[in-house]
Amino acid sequence: MKYSPWSQDAARVLLATLRDEKGPVLMALQLMQKEFGYVNPECVPLIANYFNKSRADVHGVLTFYHDLRTTPPGEHQISLCVAEACQAVGARDLEKKVKAKFPDETADSYCFGNCALGPAVMVDGKLIGRATLAKIEEARR
Amino acid sequence: MRVFVPGDSAAVSIGANDVAAAITRIDPSLTIVRNGSRGALWLEVLVEVETANGRIAYGPVMPADVQSLFDADFLNGGAHPLARGKTDEIPWLASQERITFARVGIIDPLSLEEYGQHGGLVGLRNALKSTSEIIINEVTESGLRGRGGAGFPAGIKWKTVAQTTSDQKYICCNADEGDSGTFADRMLIEGDPFTLIEGMTIAGIAVGATEGIVYLRSEYPYAISILQKAIELARVFGWLGTSVLGSTHAFDIQIRIGAGSYVCGEETAMLESIEGKRGVVRAKPPLPAIEGLFGQPTVINNVLTLSTVPMVLAQGADAYKARGVGRSLGTQVFQLGGNIARGGIVEKAFGITLNELLETYGGGTLSGNPFRAVQIGGPLGAYFSTEQLETSMDYESLIAAGGMLGHGGLVVFDDIVDLAVQAKFAMEFCAIESCGKCTPCRIGSTRGAETIDLIIQGVKVEENKKLLLDLCEVMTDGSLCAMGGLTPMPVKSAMVNFPSDFLGAAR
Ligand SMILES: Cc1cc2nc3c(=O)[nH]c(=O)nc-3n(C[C@H](O)[C@H](O)[C@H](O)COP(=O)(O)O)c2cc1C
Ligand code: SF4
Ligand code: FES
Repeated sequence: MKYSPWSQDAARVLLATLRDEKGPVLMALQLMQKEFGYVNPECVPLIANYFNKSRADVHGVLTFYHDLRTTPPGEHQISLCVAEACQAVGARDLEKKVKAKFPDETADSYCFGNCALGPAVMVDGKLIGRATLAKIEEARR
Repeated sequence: MRVFVPGDSAAVSIGANDVAAAITRIDPSLTIVRNGSRGALWLEVLVEVETANGRIAYGPVMPADVQSLFDADFLNGGAHPLARGKTDEIPWLASQERITFARVGIIDPLSLEEYGQHGGLVGLRNALKSTSEIIINEVTESGLRGRGGAGFPAGIKWKTVAQTTSDQKYICCNADEGDSGTFADRMLIEGDPFTLIEGMTIAGIAVGATEGIVYLRSEYPYAISILQKAIELARVFGWLGTSVLGSTHAFDIQIRIGAGSYVCGEETAMLESIEGKRGVVRAKPPLPAIEGLFGQPTVINNVLTLSTVPMVLAQGADAYKARGVGRSLGTQVFQLGGNIARGGIVEKAFGITLNELLETYGGGTLSGNPFRAVQIGGPLGAYFSTEQLETSMDYESLIAAGGMLGHGGLVVFDDIVDLAVQAKFAMEFCAIESCGKCTPCRIGSTRGAETIDLIIQGVKVEENKKLLLDLCEVMTDGSLCAMGGLTPMPVKSAMVNFPSDFLGAAR
């Protein structure tokens, strides 16, 4: 996936779009990640100042949510569903294979709402049902 | 000529976009409608052709099958190994009682015209001609209960909000759908988003709220984009905005996107999250109905609860409560997932048996191995065994059987499953997703997982089982919300219903 390179100036322009939102901190962090692929630690004071919050407030939100990451992602992102319905159709075996092959790209997820066609995997934002290692490799290309 | 190829993300996950592209490549003159899924996910990709005789179905179609469909003249309903006859006559679908899901898979999700042709907006128009009191009475009378898990009567919640005096009230739709094995909220939004918008608008008129918020999980990108488009279309149509369909009521909706936290499906954690904070559960009281979002009176309802309201207002409370059993009235949108041959959406009146769902509809396991366990109601729900197949699927019977309905998901396992491993996972999941407020939930879950691990390894099995039950009791009694409070349900049901998996090394 393509992201913009991190820049404080670009971040400020984006934050301005949230000026009128109520309770903007989580939205701001999500917006940063959408644009830059991750939440650069410099965002914490930036967002805190912009919305008149403490750094602790922003840091607290940043560290609560599983979606938010503070390091740049690799070229590909693989999210494996390891929840019950996918476990029932071999998600744990698939997990071992995928993590052995793509250790730096793979993260656990809990349900994509594709529980009748599991195992479910999201590769670079694209949902794959009845996933196999081969299908994941294909989607990474 | 119109050909239907679902745009539903489950269908797309197994190739619907490629099927649609292959059809267009062969005959670019065809109009491809990206409908929602009919819910028979085992038949996806389900391609339908609109003929003079009604819609004819073919499925499951893979991209490689498309040429052979043309060769068989499928556009005129030609014979083919994948032909399923008229869609409306497929027994799996025809025998269902589709009320909440009446339009899903049938209409173009973003066509307001088709929405109207299939009964859309009748409920809202009735509401606009009515009073707050009458609307709330109708919803209360219908017996409609919350579909998010707790099963609280929707009308009573609305009444509490209606009775508050505040300039600003909110309708919050809970579309966090975090339970494994559930996908009905997603499919409803992707397949018939206007129904949810209509239900929220009616709720707004009933309680005097002008702002609606849908808290939609980030794992559902397609649902987010469809709902956003539907909201914009409803604004242009003069439905959402300062004057709802020309009335004096104002109502608008915005979407807030979740960030991968299961506990944010709990209603007060959801409010915190919408406010942009950590998703930490609030103590009640105050009830969100009185002090909810940004401190204002707030209706919080699940997607399915709100999406059932238009039908209740269109056809009346009596029509809705004519179905169901006891205090479980109307229909439930059951979701069959996991190791199941025919998974998908089964909407039936409450009171169908577990066996009917798993055998008649589900068709047994996907693997063909014997069925062994089914977890009902998400990660906090109980594991049922083959001994319990005659259980009636309604709120009260499931509680009596030691379980709960939750959001209506059923996750099937074959005989390879090890229930001790599943119990351990329940504890691990709680440890990962706990909001951290209560010690029994935050720390107890980790200790629980460790204790189950010892049992699996055969270390002091009897002692550790006792310890585990004791820990479960502390979690049940000492947790603020159902995350910590109900994690013992899958654990204890696994121990009780599958004792042979908890014998340690003797297994
Ligand atoms: C840990 C936890 C997770 C929950 N997740 C959801 C969810 O994803 N969707 C939902 O509608 N309700 C969920 N609930 C239930 C909500 O707290 C609340 O009861 C519901 O949204 C109210 O709407 P209803 O009355 O229409 O069911 C969850 C509860 C708990 C304790
Ligand atoms: S039970 Fe768990 S999730 Fe619920 S409030 Fe307590 S710590 Fe938070
Ligand atoms: S449990 Fe894996 S998609 Fe739902």
